[in-house]
Amino acid sequence: MGEQEDRHDRATRRLWPALALPGTFWLIALFLVPIYAVMAVAFSASINIFGEPVPAWNPLDWRYATFFDVVQASVTGPYQEVWIRTGVYCVVALVICVVVGFPVAYYTARLAGKRRGLILALILAPWWINYITRMLAWINLLQDDGYVNKTLGIFGIAPVDWLSGNSYTVVLALAYGYLPFFIIPLFASLDRIDQRLLEASRDLGSGSVRTFLRVTLPLSKMGLITALVITALPMAGDYYTNTLVSGSPKTNMIGNQIELFLLQGPLKHYGASLVLLLSLVLMFFMAYYLILTQRAGRDAQ
Amino acid sequence: MTSTAVTTRAEAKPAQAGKKRVAPWRNPWRRPYVLSTITWLYILWTTVPVLIAVQFSFNDGRSRSTWQGFSTQWYCCVEGSVGEDPSLLLALKNSLFLGGATVLVATPLGVALAMGLTRWRSRTSKVANGIAMVPLVTPEIVLGSALYVVMVNLYQFVPLGRPAMLLGHVTFSVSYVLVIVRSRLLSIGGDYEEAARDLGASPIQAIRTILVPLLMPSIFASAMIVFATSLDDFVVSQFLFGDASNITVPIKLYNAVRAAPTPALNALATLLLAGSFLALILAYVGLRAHRRGSRSPLDDLADYG
Repeated sequence: MGEQEDRHDRATRRLWPALALPGTFWLIALFLVPIYAVMAVAFSASINIFGEPVPAWNPLDWRYATFFDVVQASVTGPYQEVWIRTGVYCVVALVICVVVGFPVAYYTARLAGKRRGLILALILAPWWINYITRMLAWINLLQDDGYVNKTLGIFGIAPVDWLSGNSYTVVLALAYGYLPFFIIPLFASLDRIDQRLLEASRDLGSGSVRTFLRVTLPLSKMGLITALVITALPMAGDYYTNTLVSGSPKTNMIGNQIELFLLQGPLKHYGASLVLLLSLVLMFFMAYYLILTQRAGRDAQ
Repeated sequence: MTSTAVTTRAEAKPAQAGKKRVAPWRNPWRRPYVLSTITWLYILWTTVPVLIAVQFSFNDGRSRSTWQGFSTQWYCCVEGSVGEDPSLLLALKNSLFLGGATVLVATPLGVALAMGLTRWRSRTSKVANGIAMVPLVTPEIVLGSALYVVMVNLYQFVPLGRPAMLLGHVTFSVSYVLVIVRSRLLSIGGDYEEAARDLGASPIQAIRTILVPLLMPSIFASAMIVFATSLDDFVVSQFLFGDASNITVPIKLYNAVRAAPTPALNALATLLLAGSFLALILAYVGLRAHRRGSRSPLDDLADYG
């Protein structure tokens, strides 16, 4: 009997790693190696006859001239403006996300009552509508003779040229595009707050505002941070929103610069260096988020 | 939870009526008019533009901003419609093919990974677990450009186009499957397999006859979510698609939007929308078949997102 159990244990011990092996191998080959390849290209020492970088696979061959060039251009040179614009667009769009998204998440999670299912479905829906389709929908509306300008016309307001290089169109489009991704994690965290805590706060004499500030807000802090990180990461690397609703270099974000270098023309080492720099900037947020989720996972177990 | 709130509200009313009238802004049980207005305005803001875009796919004319009557011509049979324009049809075929292939590769890979990493407790599995979570928080542009760089410079045996796109889509999908299946694995615990093993089943038998059937709703839901995510992906596809013969619907929409589009583009977007919603409804039905307690499957979907 004991021998049989031993055999069981040994078989199981080998089974679970064997099951995990293909997926782990896949993620190493197609996630970690690609990230390394970006470094090999960014730190490339030479270019070939097409002017394209030759990747330096051996870390001993890495040359940092291009990377430092890009860092310098980002801090004081021509990319400085693009970085600042990316930052400002993201911050303003995130503020809009909080101002609009928090009330919506709060209402859906705590107060929607018997309509909760319907509202939740309607809030989840845009998540599954293709991002480009949602932008396409707004481009239809914002055309020179589109519904928005027609509506403005009713009130005697002159038509606005929305779709050529307007910062506010880009920011609004970003906020519109990423709001669903912001609301859902926040909803999930507000939903988990124990109703009894809020009632206790009221029974002990706090008003709605105090209850919100002293109980709800601290309890949903984690959800708010998660929502902000989940929204900020893709937004910072976004390039398609800007291309779709503006298409003007006046509103270029850092993602546009990366796409330009990597997909159009030979300066791939500049593109790769910008990807590394963007990753370094975002790394802080990524690491923070991963640690938070790991901790939450441990608490759940 | 909601029901307690409702009963408390009902009880609170007569008690207050007995005392002096409370100013509306001081009454904690007043109806949340402001919040409900904001929520419904938000819902209108997000859904109405898309509904209008869908409406214009049925326009009986070339305009995408003036309604000229109902017709299905942009789906089929006028020149430049989805049915007649080979490039639109190709994009649709490529998207569906890619989505299907991604499901077929990513689901088994992710399910095995989830079982392995959840049940195998060691330092290595913790590291692997950490690695598996990173793609979920990596900005798409970083993943897309990294995959592009590696395909062009190192994995030259994988041509840009369908093979490279498939590898890319599977890479971000595996992590979704992992998260969804693992949450189910943790909630059912290890007792059932152990019971099977004690009754003489081999490890493989225990997995096949006990674990997989128990996981089925989450496996099915994750397959549908992977399909919908793959259909919707733009960034990774755009970095890896190579040439025009491998274009997918989102790339086609992106390229065509600023170049004198017709309602055929809206029709294409509508078909994509129908595809993802069909997948999602199936995922919902799959989850509902095995709902736990009073939680709605919508809550599960919200958690997975």
